[in-house]
Amino acid sequence: MTFGILRRLGMAAITLAGVAVTIFVLLRVVPGDPIAMMISPGASQADISALRAHYGLDAGVAQQFATWVRDLVRGDFGVSISLHRSVFELLGERLPATLELAGASLLVAILIGGATSIFAVLMSDYGVAALVDTVNGLFLAVPDFIWALLLVLAFGVFAPVLPLSGRIDPSLDIPFATRFYLLESLLTLRFAIFWDVCKHMIMPTLALALPLASVITRVLKESLREAMVQDYVLLARLKGKSQLHLVLQEALRNAIGPTLALTGVQFTFLIGGSVIIERIFSYPGIGNMAIDAVINRDLPLIQGLTLMFGALFIIVNLTVDLLVVSANPRLRHG
Amino acid sequence: MVGLNRREALALGGAGFLTSLMFDGGALAQTSDKLTIAFNVNLPAFDPTVGPSSVNPTIQAIYRSIFDQYIGQDVDLSLAPGLLTKWGWNDDKTQVWMDVREGVVWHDGSAFTPDDVVWSIERAGDPKGGNPVAFVWASLANFKVEGHRITADCKNFDPTIFKWMAFLTGYVLPKAYYIKVGADGFEKKPVGTGPYMVDEYQGNAFLRLKRNDKYWGPKPAFETVIFKFVPDSTSRVAEIESGSSDVTLEIPYEEYDRLKAKSGLSGVCKPVTDIGMIFITNVEKEMLDSNVRLAAIHAIDKNLIAAKLLRGYATPIDTLEATGYEAFDASVKTPYDPELARKLLAASGYSTEKPVKFKIQTTRGFKPKDYETIQAIVGMWRKVGINAEIEVYEVAKHYELRAGHKLAPMAFYNWGNAIGDPTTSTGFAMFSPSPHSGWKGKDLDDMIGPLWGEKDEAKRIAGWKAVDKYIAEKGYVIPLLQYSQPIVFKSSLKVTANGTGALQPTLVAKA
Repeated sequence: MTFGILRRLGMAAITLAGVAVTIFVLLRVVPGDPIAMMISPGASQADISALRAHYGLDAGVAQQFATWVRDLVRGDFGVSISLHRSVFELLGERLPATLELAGASLLVAILIGGATSIFAVLMSDYGVAALVDTVNGLFLAVPDFIWALLLVLAFGVFAPVLPLSGRIDPSLDIPFATRFYLLESLLTLRFAIFWDVCKHMIMPTLALALPLASVITRVLKESLREAMVQDYVLLARLKGKSQLHLVLQEALRNAIGPTLALTGVQFTFLIGGSVIIERIFSYPGIGNMAIDAVINRDLPLIQGLTLMFGALFIIVNLTVDLLVVSANPRLRHG
Repeated sequence: MVGLNRREALALGGAGFLTSLMFDGGALAQTSDKLTIAFNVNLPAFDPTVGPSSVNPTIQAIYRSIFDQYIGQDVDLSLAPGLLTKWGWNDDKTQVWMDVREGVVWHDGSAFTPDDVVWSIERAGDPKGGNPVAFVWASLANFKVEGHRITADCKNFDPTIFKWMAFLTGYVLPKAYYIKVGADGFEKKPVGTGPYMVDEYQGNAFLRLKRNDKYWGPKPAFETVIFKFVPDSTSRVAEIESGSSDVTLEIPYEEYDRLKAKSGLSGVCKPVTDIGMIFITNVEKEMLDSNVRLAAIHAIDKNLIAAKLLRGYATPIDTLEATGYEAFDASVKTPYDPELARKLLAASGYSTEKPVKFKIQTTRGFKPKDYETIQAIVGMWRKVGINAEIEVYEVAKHYELRAGHKLAPMAFYNWGNAIGDPTTSTGFAMFSPSPHSGWKGKDLDDMIGPLWGEKDEAKRIAGWKAVDKYIAEKGYVIPLLQYSQPIVFKSSLKVTANGTGALQPTLVAKA
């Protein structure tokens, strides 16, 4: 197992290197010059050249790449052209917000998806499954940004009970030691602030969670159905165990594998999907920052963000693989 | 030892939560003396003199709240005393003089001095400093300070130098503080002399400002100002409609009409210094034919586009000088005349059966109804014998193509000119050596060239008017519309529209 993990880590490093090369070359091939974005009326050719030199874009692509890699090895991701700050620092500041949002969305999706699947299996004798399938199909068909807009209309305009933008009430002082507002406020028992952070997260979390919940429902429900007709479940049934016991204690543990693997993959998409959702709700995570970086052709920031997204995807997938192995004894010993 | 079972522990936790809510609730109390603006762009960085945000006209509203410009600007675009109280040239215009305001303090309590002004201009003019318009500031040199008067030599005479002092990157920064904390430290804790001080900032979320009680100008109306960065227009509409924000701007005109009719909300929508135009490039042969260019101009019914597509919130223009600009000349007209357009095209052998074909590029969603406007224009052209193919591009690509003189034969763009000077509209858009020009021609350069350094102001403006008239006659560019900026606000407020489009909190007051 240790060898397997080491092999995966080696593969991850190669993948990341590939991502780095690809994004670096792509950014310099596709149209959109970061300097062109800041040429104001009146700038002369000399000004443009001076700006290009100022941001280190006057060197050849190979030399720029060599400089970037050299700095990366030293832990220097460069300085953002538009934000005037260290890319590494910026990623460190914004990532916690996105991780909290993605984590909360995953949790909500699992709760909704899990509860719905179990409910559908428990009620399968009453024709509820068809209804669940229909509603689930509807939820699956609606993309996250549509959910976001519907939620804005529902809870922001018609019944304005939830804040529409941001991560915390702008009137509040923000006495946080870390950028994990939700966790920190909870752990330090500042429940008023915790509740405020929660309120700001409800709509973006739901927008991200609802489509994922329907995916989980679909997969878990089918896995449970299959498990419910297995011999060990029949045996338990013959022993007089209740339907709830059969689902939760007998079938669920064996049916969870595919859902777990799928949820891991979906979590990476969740982080990717946060780009639009963070924009709509003005949520200050890496997704929102990524859009601005692209608009401004902020090459150092785009490169840093892409590398970080790549690293996150790899870490999540690795973690999921390990979880799946640990949850399934056959894989663990196989 | 007291033992707790699970049920009791949960009950205790719940009680603690509720108690905490009750007693910590004060922290959430709303400040009554507070203005919340749902702003349409994010503030990327605080230094108003470097980087892309320094040349972003919209963000100037925030910069002007924290910093002061060398010279102020009223809502009608006229210059007003700022940190400089008086300014001018010597008789032969080889030197400038500037009187610096006394009694001003920086947000950190230190005194503002003429040295700050000199340092700011020299820093901005340093070609290695990253100021996008360093060439403007580099035209001044050999600064001398005597009391509160600064003099400097004009390396080359720039008639617009004082206008630039109220325009992009024309901000005074604190010399001693900036040198002490460096660029990074300044971004983390910016210090200015403006009416508001930075209190809290979360990129992509909000900026909270506190009133500067030591401000040298009129006392700002609000103790606290919050800019919420809400780039999505649907979310901005929801912000104002739900009452979460007090003011918002740049929303679709349809929403503006709907919202201002609602009880408790008001609106103002006045023309700003932002125009829609179509660049013509003289690269492909079709555009070298003046009949084609002029036909394209006369075939466009700008009044119809303004009235129907933009719901009346745009003003048709015939030159690149909009109403309120110094070289605006109402006598220059390029009327809608489809019959004339057909005749011009026929003279070059084109008709609806045998149309002239070319490509037109446009942004989509960058300005109100930009794509729809071009669609409408292409429809109008088709009726007279022009078959244009639309290509959508991003604004970043536009900049790159324009700088490389590689735009399509026609390309839609919007041009801002907050100081209303002809050099920063017609000048840079039509002068060949400028990387911003679409049409490049010697005839125009010969007319424009001498105006850059013209010392007689009346002669200079007259010269630009002549240039604009000539451009209209030759059809070197297609000016379309001057945009209006929709602002919606709570009826308990009074908002003064700014001609530059910068929604500064100092322009909002309690009704």
